[in-house]
Amino acid sequence: MSIGSVPLRYRISVDHDQCMICGRCVESCPYGVFRKEGEQIHVNSRVCVACHRCISMCPRDAISLVERPVDYRSHPIWTPQVKEAIYNQARTGKIILSGMGNAQDYPVIFDRLVLDACQVTNPSIDPLREPMELRTYIGKKPAHLDFKMVNGDTVLETKLSPNLLLETPIMIGHMSYGAISLNAQQSLARAVTECGTFMGTGEGGLHHSLYPYQDHMIVQVASGRFGVDINYLERGAAIEIKIGQGAKPGLGGHLPGEKICADVSCTRMIPEGSDAISPAPHHDIYSIEDLKQLVRSLKEATEWKKPVFVKIAAVHNSAAIAAGIARSSADAVVIDGFRGGTGAAPRVFRDHVGIPIEAAVASVDAKLRSQGIRNEVSLIASGGIRESADVAKVIALGADAVYIGTAALVAMGCRVCGTCYKGLCPWGIATQRPDLVARLDPDFASVNVANLIHAWTLELSELMGAAGINSIESLRGNRDRLRGYLLDESIMKVLDVKTVGA
Amino acid sequence: MCGIIGVIDRSRKRMDGTGIRAALSRMDERGSGEGAGYAAYGAFPDFKEYYALHVFFDNLHEIKPIVEEELSKWGEIEHQEPIPTYEQPNIKKVHSPWRFFFRPDLHLMPRSTTPGDDIVTHLVMKINTTIPGALVYASGKNVAVFKASGWPEEVAAFYRIQDYEGYLWLGHNRYPTNTPGWWGGAHPFNLLHWSVVHNGEITSYGTNRRYIESYGYQCSMYTDTEVVAYLFDLLIRRHGLSLEMAVKALAPPFWDEIDQMPEREQEIMRAIRLTYGPALMNGPFAIVVANQDSMVGFTDRIKLRPLVSGELGDRLYISSEEAAIRTMEPEVGEIVMPRAGEPIIGRAR
Repeated sequence: MSIGSVPLRYRISVDHDQCMICGRCVESCPYGVFRKEGEQIHVNSRVCVACHRCISMCPRDAISLVERPVDYRSHPIWTPQVKEAIYNQARTGKIILSGMGNAQDYPVIFDRLVLDACQVTNPSIDPLREPMELRTYIGKKPAHLDFKMVNGDTVLETKLSPNLLLETPIMIGHMSYGAISLNAQQSLARAVTECGTFMGTGEGGLHHSLYPYQDHMIVQVASGRFGVDINYLERGAAIEIKIGQGAKPGLGGHLPGEKICADVSCTRMIPEGSDAISPAPHHDIYSIEDLKQLVRSLKEATEWKKPVFVKIAAVHNSAAIAAGIARSSADAVVIDGFRGGTGAAPRVFRDHVGIPIEAAVASVDAKLRSQGIRNEVSLIASGGIRESADVAKVIALGADAVYIGTAALVAMGCRVCGTCYKGLCPWGIATQRPDLVARLDPDFASVNVANLIHAWTLELSELMGAAGINSIESLRGNRDRLRGYLLDESIMKVLDVKTVGA
Repeated sequence: MCGIIGVIDRSRKRMDGTGIRAALSRMDERGSGEGAGYAAYGAFPDFKEYYALHVFFDNLHEIKPIVEEELSKWGEIEHQEPIPTYEQPNIKKVHSPWRFFFRPDLHLMPRSTTPGDDIVTHLVMKINTTIPGALVYASGKNVAVFKASGWPEEVAAFYRIQDYEGYLWLGHNRYPTNTPGWWGGAHPFNLLHWSVVHNGEITSYGTNRRYIESYGYQCSMYTDTEVVAYLFDLLIRRHGLSLEMAVKALAPPFWDEIDQMPEREQEIMRAIRLTYGPALMNGPFAIVVANQDSMVGFTDRIKLRPLVSGELGDRLYISSEEAAIRTMEPEVGEIVMPRAGEPIIGRAR
């Protein structure tokens, strides 16, 4: 008892004049904040995670939430987060687990970059009146083309590698069945099919109910190889080898046994109730030549019909690593920035390891250009894409397309409470508890996600049109259309952008 | 805004510079007096086997020897001379224009299939990026380029372009906006056999420049037009595309149109767009590009800048304005307006 209890993180209060004691809050909260006693709702604020499910369900707006109602004395170094981490570890002696993305107060480079628009000397293009092309092909491209003349006709001799055709450069990243619910995956799958784009399966296999959407799904091969067999590989539109993840570079994954229900166990091909532990490295990849073998083996297994992506976490040396991957027969490199979300990651990794996606994409794009192979391989940016402006900016920094993760979950109701690892997601997203999963109706959630992708696509078209660009490939790597606003000289050099006013 | 014009005589009969000077002056409304220029193919019949390297020197005594030394590492200077100029009241002679007739030593680039061109390209990039005070602004065989800051008629008089003859001429009347009005920024832009005149602004410049730089070209003119010359050089000389195919890469049809094409054509266009996406030129432009055998005019994919053409006998004219063509050749027949992205091509026999 030497430490005692720490102050409340959130205080929930119920306005009893408004409350009609309908009990929806009691039903909504899987953490047990509310209980009905007699003719009154009582609360236990200590277990609240600020998921807002109760607030959104209350018909009378009777519930209010205050963050840190009782705080520590203010101190610039010994912040509440720092102190509470110490109390936590002093009690447990363990690694602190956290959810979602990096919560450290690093500056967001996206918010220090501004986009360009045309005035006078060239006309902006109105996407309502003129064609605007966002179609994106992901996969290997030839460096040049060979033609021959046959009876006076020009015939293409170069054989093109298979590419994915995206109607918009926005894809949904890999979130596995297990980490998220089947209803969540189904909602995402329907949305990407509707929008002409793709999503990742994560390392959780492909549930049979998703087979109708398989032409829009990228199947993942990660270090645990869960769910991988030839059927799985053949069903995917593309295959992604996951080396690392932005939220926890250098680590594998851990899905606790409680989340391995019968259905998850079948899809992952592991025993029910056993922990699914993905090792930190792939145990058949100890260097770049091993990766090349795996890329080629997967291609061989699927008769060279599918693009193979390789995903790495954005780390200090990602430019050189990506260049190595680009020469390994891989068709696309995915770079996952340190703001990427996750169901569960050690807090120390989530907040302190890796680099931001903006700098990683800029340096990878520059490295590939310096080797003359940039256009031969696709570059997908992920980790911290929050809005259409981020998409435009990261493409201008050199990406072909993006993966979104958290943003898609937010479109389904997620409030970014960061408690995914508890498996009690009140929105039916990051949970396998049947009553909670049932809260997420794919008929509605898929429309929400499709709406989001559609809205961003429209905004992207408008941003491009304003910049006098009618084809996405002319935005790609076009850093001249970005300016740094109060970014320091060294980061502008990495991004290869000028300052505002220059 | 800018006004552009090009003329080719398919029988390679040469014309002096009087006509194009009058035509370009007709479009003074489109310029601002800050830059004008001309290119003439067939201008140096006595030295037609040599690369005619045109250089703007900031001073001759200090910088020219450095350039000569660089050239002598890679070949021989057969002849050199100051480019004759004649003082004009409104042209301040800020550079000394000079020309070298240069023969590269082909043995020095043994692995290249076009060693002469590769050596000269290397020299142009090297001089322009490493020798301050020297700017190589033309480097083709038998092609003369005349440019300066001033109105078209002043620049023409400054160089007395009526004293030169060519079977293919380009002219450009400049209204600079996003880059300064300096001599190097005036058009035509030239690299080897390629010359470009351009009206417009390339909004994809940042993408195009980075693409072309990954092939060893270095942009040194602070303007978007030079990438056009480099792109043509890359796509046609180094990658072996036909002129038509190169234009398709730079101003391709929209995907909606491609999806409607017959299968074989669709396959070709998809391959072109996938392979040359970073070469696609966006933004409003009308461009005329020439080499020693042909001239091609085309616009951006939604034709945000004007381009018309007309013919008479062996001569094909392409310009921003009908008035300019008719100034040069009143008898010209029907004036044609090409569709967006569709090239007009004239080939010399």
